[in-house]
Amino acid sequence: MIAIVEILLRLACWLLLAPLLPGIINKVKAWVAGRRGPPVLQLYYDLARLWRKGVVLSTLVSPAFVILPAVGWVAVLAAAMLVPLGPAGASLSFRGDVLLMLYLLALGRFCTAWAAMETGSAFEGMGSVREVSYAVLAEAAMVAAVLALSVHTGSVTLVTMLAPAAGAGALLMSAGLFIVLLAENCRVPFDDPNTHLELTMIHEAMVLDHSGPPLAAILHGAAMKLLWFAVLLTQAVVPLGQLGPLAATGLLALSVLAVTVGVGVVESLLARFAFRRVPLLLTTAFLLCVFALLVAWKGGVS
Amino acid sequence: MMNSNLNLLIGLAMGLNLLSLGTSRLPALIRAMSAQGVILGVMPIIMEHHLTWQVVLIAVATIAGKGLVIPSLLRRAMRTAQIDRELDPLIGFVPSLLLGAGGAIAALALAHLLPVLPEHAGTLLVPGALATVLTGFILLIGRTKAISQVCGYLILENGIYLFGLLLIKPMPLLVEAGVLLDLTVGVFIIGIIVDRIQRAFDSLDTRKLTALRE
Repeated sequence: MIAIVEILLRLACWLLLAPLLPGIINKVKAWVAGRRGPPVLQLYYDLARLWRKGVVLSTLVSPAFVILPAVGWVAVLAAAMLVPLGPAGASLSFRGDVLLMLYLLALGRFCTAWAAMETGSAFEGMGSVREVSYAVLAEAAMVAAVLALSVHTGSVTLVTMLAPAAGAGALLMSAGLFIVLLAENCRVPFDDPNTHLELTMIHEAMVLDHSGPPLAAILHGAAMKLLWFAVLLTQAVVPLGQLGPLAATGLLALSVLAVTVGVGVVESLLARFAFRRVPLLLTTAFLLCVFALLVAWKGGVS
Repeated sequence: MMNSNLNLLIGLAMGLNLLSLGTSRLPALIRAMSAQGVILGVMPIIMEHHLTWQVVLIAVATIAGKGLVIPSLLRRAMRTAQIDRELDPLIGFVPSLLLGAGGAIAALALAHLLPVLPEHAGTLLVPGALATVLTGFILLIGRTKAISQVCGYLILENGIYLFGLLLIKPMPLLVEAGVLLDLTVGVFIIGIIVDRIQRAFDSLDTRKLTALRE
């Protein structure tokens, strides 16, 4: 009984808190630019509005166009449920769950890309291609970071991997993972979430033809993915395991907020990079994580 | 304690190696190189237990030479010859970054095979020196502008300096003093040559220097 209540609480936490992050980012951007900006809860209103609307379907699409956003949303939510939340631990934990988590995330991306190509629009195909080709490079960095954590703690279970910090390589890994966070969530140096010019947008191009509840699922899934990355980055770098439950929860929340504000600040200060410079930045992220792996490996030996 | 401070500095120098390989701007390359020179200049002060005036003198000379004089000479050459700040690479930025990182990892993994004095066994001096020398080579081979090749040469020299720090006990920086003097003169001359090349060819692209003409 208690287990069910705990899982429900956890679900509510992920579902309700996720749309807050894009709101905070937009508020930070508005604040830096000296504007008032949209309310922090804007995404909640948008989601509620989209949920009430009908769905417009092209004559070309198969039922997958409606089903895939839902599948992708569930995949991201399942990946989120595997992440331990500081002192609360994970609701489900087993040996190798980190691999399942990575694959669930990849499944989510696959669903979005496939749903985008259902419409047969060239722009959405282009958006999918860009998203997936960035993901190939970002995933290398992600795998290196997971390897570093796994070598550092000698474990492949998320709860034990994330309890201590990443050690001496924490700084390297935090920089690498932050770049991966920006790339995976289509934030500024890689993609501009505000742009609506078909030739340059990536994530937005993929969701152009979605409407109504499927679009709401995609937007909410994207917000959850952002929260997921912020939580993972925080737990990989900050040694939450050594603190009391209350302090750890507070620190986790504060760090996630700090990451979000950091994304907003980066977004205000940087312009997006030219496409040809993106592989360089993602390679840098990969190398940062590889050096964190090296530090973990060498630190363990000597 | 001394070793961990030293390793931190060498780690920073190795990070600057990668920065100099990944950057696409000439001023950033010069900045990375001069920062590396300053970091290397601080090292002898950390390594020596008894500070003698020679060590301090050499450290100050290194910091002033590599951190201030040479970069300002290069910047002046850049300004007077009106060099474009974009680097055009022969080896792309991503491949050279991967090469440099691969070299650094290989140096870290293989350095323990080399016979080193026991007091240097725990330090990153040898892998750091190897990685820095390799970075210098990649920059020398992979960039076309004369100034960026000078930077490659200076980073190569930084690597040799790191090797020289292994000999700080028996030969207190004698070699380094000579090399530093040579280098300052060398950069001075290159500054003049760069100006001449610029006047003769209207460009500093070294690829144009392969053909002879009357």
